Amino acid sequence: MGLTLTWLSVIILIPLAALFLKTFELSFDQFWGIVTSRRTLNALKISFGLSFAAALVNLVMGTIIVWALVRYRFPGRRLFDAIVDIPFALPTAVAGVALTQLFAQKGWLGAPLAELGIKVAFTPVGIFIAMVFIGIPFVVRTVQPVLIDLDPEIEEAAASLGANRWHTVFRVILPGLVPALLTGFALAFARAVGEYGSVIFIAGNLPNVSEIAPLLIVIRLSEFRYADATAIAVIMLLASFLIIFAVNRLQRWAQNRTPVH
Amino acid sequence: MSTESGFVTSATELRAYAPAADLSIASPSSRDSGAQARPRTSPQHLRTEPGPVRFVIIGLAVTFLTVFVVLPLVVVFAQAFSKGVGAYFSALAEPEALSAIWLTLLVAAISVTLNLVFGVMAAWAISKFDFRGKTFLITLIDLPFSVSPVISGLVFVLLFGAQGFLGPWLQAHDIHVLFAVPGIALATIFVTFPFVARALIPLMQEQGTQEEEAAISLGASGLQTFFRVTLPNIKWGLLYGVLLCNARAMGEFGAVSVVSGHIRGETNTMPLLVEILYNEYQFVSSFAIASLLAMLALITLVVKTVLERRLDEGQVPYDH
Repeated sequence: MGLTLTWLSVIILIPLAALFLKTFELSFDQFWGIVTSRRTLNALKISFGLSFAAALVNLVMGTIIVWALVRYRFPGRRLFDAIVDIPFALPTAVAGVALTQLFAQKGWLGAPLAELGIKVAFTPVGIFIAMVFIGIPFVVRTVQPVLIDLDPEIEEAAASLGANRWHTVFRVILPGLVPALLTGFALAFARAVGEYGSVIFIAGNLPNVSEIAPLLIVIRLSEFRYADATAIAVIMLLASFLIIFAVNRLQRWAQNRTPVH
Repeated sequence: MSTESGFVTSATELRAYAPAADLSIASPSSRDSGAQARPRTSPQHLRTEPGPVRFVIIGLAVTFLTVFVVLPLVVVFAQAFSKGVGAYFSALAEPEALSAIWLTLLVAAISVTLNLVFGVMAAWAISKFDFRGKTFLITLIDLPFSVSPVISGLVFVLLFGAQGFLGPWLQAHDIHVLFAVPGIALATIFVTFPFVARALIPLMQEQGTQEEEAAISLGASGLQTFFRVTLPNIKWGLLYGVLLCNARAMGEFGAVSVVSGHIRGETNTMPLLVEILYNEYQFVSSFAIASLLAMLALITLVVKTVLERRLDEGQVPYDH
């Protein structure tokens, strides 16, 4: 017990405390100056904005994927079910170089897209693509168990009371999935905001255009501007605390609205 | 696990794994189990969509997964072997590659061992005892999952760097933490901290303390109880946690990148070498290393699937 706490403190508490202590070495004006500088603001905007967009795509596509996996039988279903976990399992650097190669101008997908006039690699679109990749499993894996366990009687009741399938799905089934969908969305969003490895290769990393906040932290560190790095890190850390908090509230909400069987 | 394994169960499970982003894969018990098992007495047509709609949904799902997940994986192997098998293996036999592989194995061995020991202890403390601040402890364990890997690395730079809190003292004593193996191991331990504990907590909570109490009342010592009663009960869950912990430890990039210093042949792990070689346009070498990591990921997924099945079976006695 005591050992557990000591270990936890050494590995997690003390390092995180160091981050906040370092921030307190800054005056508020210094902190504010760093955080509101043009480059920092743009990096934060890019990270949070694109993560939000990518999480939205994951929400929609995740719902479609989970529906296909749970409700339909088709050849290769089990294989595709297993494939969903690959973005979790594949090391981020590997995903990064693979996606870059795929979407580069001479890549398998990059070449046809370039002919259409769409440039993906080394633009914000590339960042967005990498974030979509990394977020796929979150929505699928949070919604899947809920959809599997959904009581079939409810939709049968809706159908036998005369609702058409469209109504049943959108008025009866999807509302039941809302907490899980939102949780999946929040987790995908949080992951994308902090993501580094799979994004930096395809991003292009142009300051103010395609530079994500985690990369700016790394750049500031390599310039020995520790204060700058720390200030950006604190902002991002606070954001992820907020997301954890939101997810926990969502879970509680989901539990409370569940009828007891 | 209740038999209805209804919404309540999955919600609890989710909550258990809540911010544990990477571990949402780790709800072995509820996944896929109900799909076929549920008796469908009622007319099937009430619960499905018209043929064309079904076709479009399956098409969308399969296309999306193929483009975003399968293709990147295929690209890794295609690039690695683009100059033939000989070039592939000679890329892997480079001294730089060998030293990166060795360092990755070493760091993974250190961090998995330590997280295994402390993960079991943390899970034991949380699931078998009641104490104040338990929720806080769980949040703390989950934290590394929700922190950007770059920040995980940064905190150790702030502690051990030249300008860091312990930096001057370390320098005075000529101890190298940053840009050396200890720093890389610490950052890896930080990011992989939750896996073992998170895999065990739900399992141990479910099993309760009755068996342990019985063992102790029959005269077993604490250690005997642990090795004879608790450990056999949790072995599959433990393996599951170790498996995921190891995969992440070997593949970690962001946190390690910040603390490693990228000293060639010394502090480059495999993911870092992938980056360096890629940026030097040595694509075959870069993707050859990447292909090893990709194989690790694929093997991990296969073993994970097998373990999930074991875990499901293991839960049968508790199901009724």
